[in-house]
Amino acid sequence: MTTWGYSISRPRSIDIDRNDMSYSQELLREYPELQTCIACGNCTATCTAANLTSFSLRKVHTLVRRGEYQGMAEELEKCMLCGKCRLACPRGINTRQIVLTLKKHLVNRSR
Amino acid sequence: MTGRVIIIGGGVAGMQTAITLDELGFKPVIIEKEASLGGKLCRWDRLFPTMTPAQEVLGDLLKRVEKTASEVRTSTTVSEIEEQGRGVTLSDGSRLDAEAVVVASGFDIFPAERKEEYGYGLYDNVYTTVDVERMFREGGVRMADGREPKTVAFLHCVGSRDEKVNQRHCSRVCCITGVKQAIEVKQQIPGAEIFSFYMDMRMFGPGYEELYRQAQQQYNIHFVRGRISEASPTIDHRIHIKAEDTLIGRPLRMSVDMLILAVGMQAGSSNVAFGRNNNIDLYPSGFLRPLNQFSGNVRSSSPRLFYAGTVTAPKNIGESINEGIAAAYQVAQTLNAAKS
Ligand SMILES: Cc1cc2nc3c(=O)[nH]c(=O)nc-3n(C[C@H](O)[C@H](O)[C@H](O)COP(=O)(O)OP(=O)(O)OC[C@H]3O[C@@H](n4cnc5c(N)ncnc54)[C@H](O)[C@@H]3O)c2cc1C
Ligand code: SF4
Repeated sequence: MTTWGYSISRPRSIDIDRNDMSYSQELLREYPELQTCIACGNCTATCTAANLTSFSLRKVHTLVRRGEYQGMAEELEKCMLCGKCRLACPRGINTRQIVLTLKKHLVNRSR
Repeated sequence: MTGRVIIIGGGVAGMQTAITLDELGFKPVIIEKEASLGGKLCRWDRLFPTMTPAQEVLGDLLKRVEKTASEVRTSTTVSEIEEQGRGVTLSDGSRLDAEAVVVASGFDIFPAERKEEYGYGLYDNVYTTVDVERMFREGGVRMADGREPKTVAFLHCVGSRDEKVNQRHCSRVCCITGVKQAIEVKQQIPGAEIFSFYMDMRMFGPGYEELYRQAQQQYNIHFVRGRISEASPTIDHRIHIKAEDTLIGRPLRMSVDMLILAVGMQAGSSNVAFGRNNNIDLYPSGFLRPLNQFSGNVRSSSPRLFYAGTVTAPKNIGESINEGIAAAYQVAQTLNAAKS
């Protein structure tokens, strides 16, 4: 069969009205300090995985906060749990623990 | 020698200038355009970063001005300043002589209608941070139909850092005002979801960054980096907004019950007329340019013409009051030297 390569592009917009924010809210209740993230990128700058792959904890965390969970569990597989990011975070967030928690919760969630 | 010093504007800077000049033995005359003293402070409810009632600060200053021998002329506007600071012309054409003039005529609030894309004055439930202060003084934030909002978006930098409205400067106080009001809305309506759209968070003062952190951690305010590009009304009188979440790099859309625009400070409307005086220089922003920004912040190029407060740049209340003290001392120095 010939495929012509046509497809329908899914909208790229983050639609807060339609996204399910419940998990995001649950996560913040568990780790309120996560809200103090100032998006400085220190975690990504020091990240061993980010040096070799496209992994960015800052970005993954921001997506989860906006209710965008798809693909996040796979993204988090890139993390080697070395914990350097935790040493670097200027807001004192336990970033390594956040990765573990996100992984535990997001593995079962595919949207 | 009359010792008379004219102070243009009776906001916090002008009031403090009068108090200090009186202490130093001069005769201040405050000329205030509005019917009462206080300037913008009269419009605020609680002050950042300490949540002190504005009435407390205002009441204290008013009491201290009253105790002085200052002459206060309200509902009077200065239209021109004499070249060497030896007097002013009032809007009725009359002339008032003095030994020196302190310009403390403050700033204007950016008119949010000019950013038409946000629908201020066009749609229900689009307000400014100035409106929100009024609502808090009147008992709390309410939508046009009287209900409490459940989702609220704040937008920073409205009328600041924006070439499209010819306001390139940062107004400095709107970031912290937005953070303070987000907390206040959450205190009033604990169940509300609040999103703040910002470009940079400029928490320049003591206690400001701490308040921002409190807004994040304790009040669960969602900070989204990105400028709202437009707002439109929905069929059920909500506001639909579009932005980019620039930390993710994707467009973001949502609807809210209320959109609050953090309006900036623009140059006072009298500055252009004042600038006809050859000793008064204007920045491209329209604020008055002091003699120099390090050791001459309250001076002009004329030795008898001084500045105090937000007439030269956006400042908070404490900074404006300090300039009132500084200007009064510099006036005293000049006039005492001329006497001897
Ligand atoms: C939304 C908002 C909230 C704020 N909240 C806070 C806060 O919580 N804490 C804080 O520290 N700061 C706050 N600020 C900043 C604060 O308002 C200013 O620092 C302060 O008002 C500056 O005082 P001023 O005397 O320089 O100017 P103004 O308050 O503008 O006073 C100038 C006076 O001069 C008069 N005038 C002008 N032209 C003439 C003329 N030609 N002739 C005669 N009179 C004239 C005006 O009528 C006015 O009364 C806020 C600002 C904004 C925009
Ligand atoms: S203080 Fe904040 S909101 Fe105000 S102009 Fe500066 S960056 Fe924008």
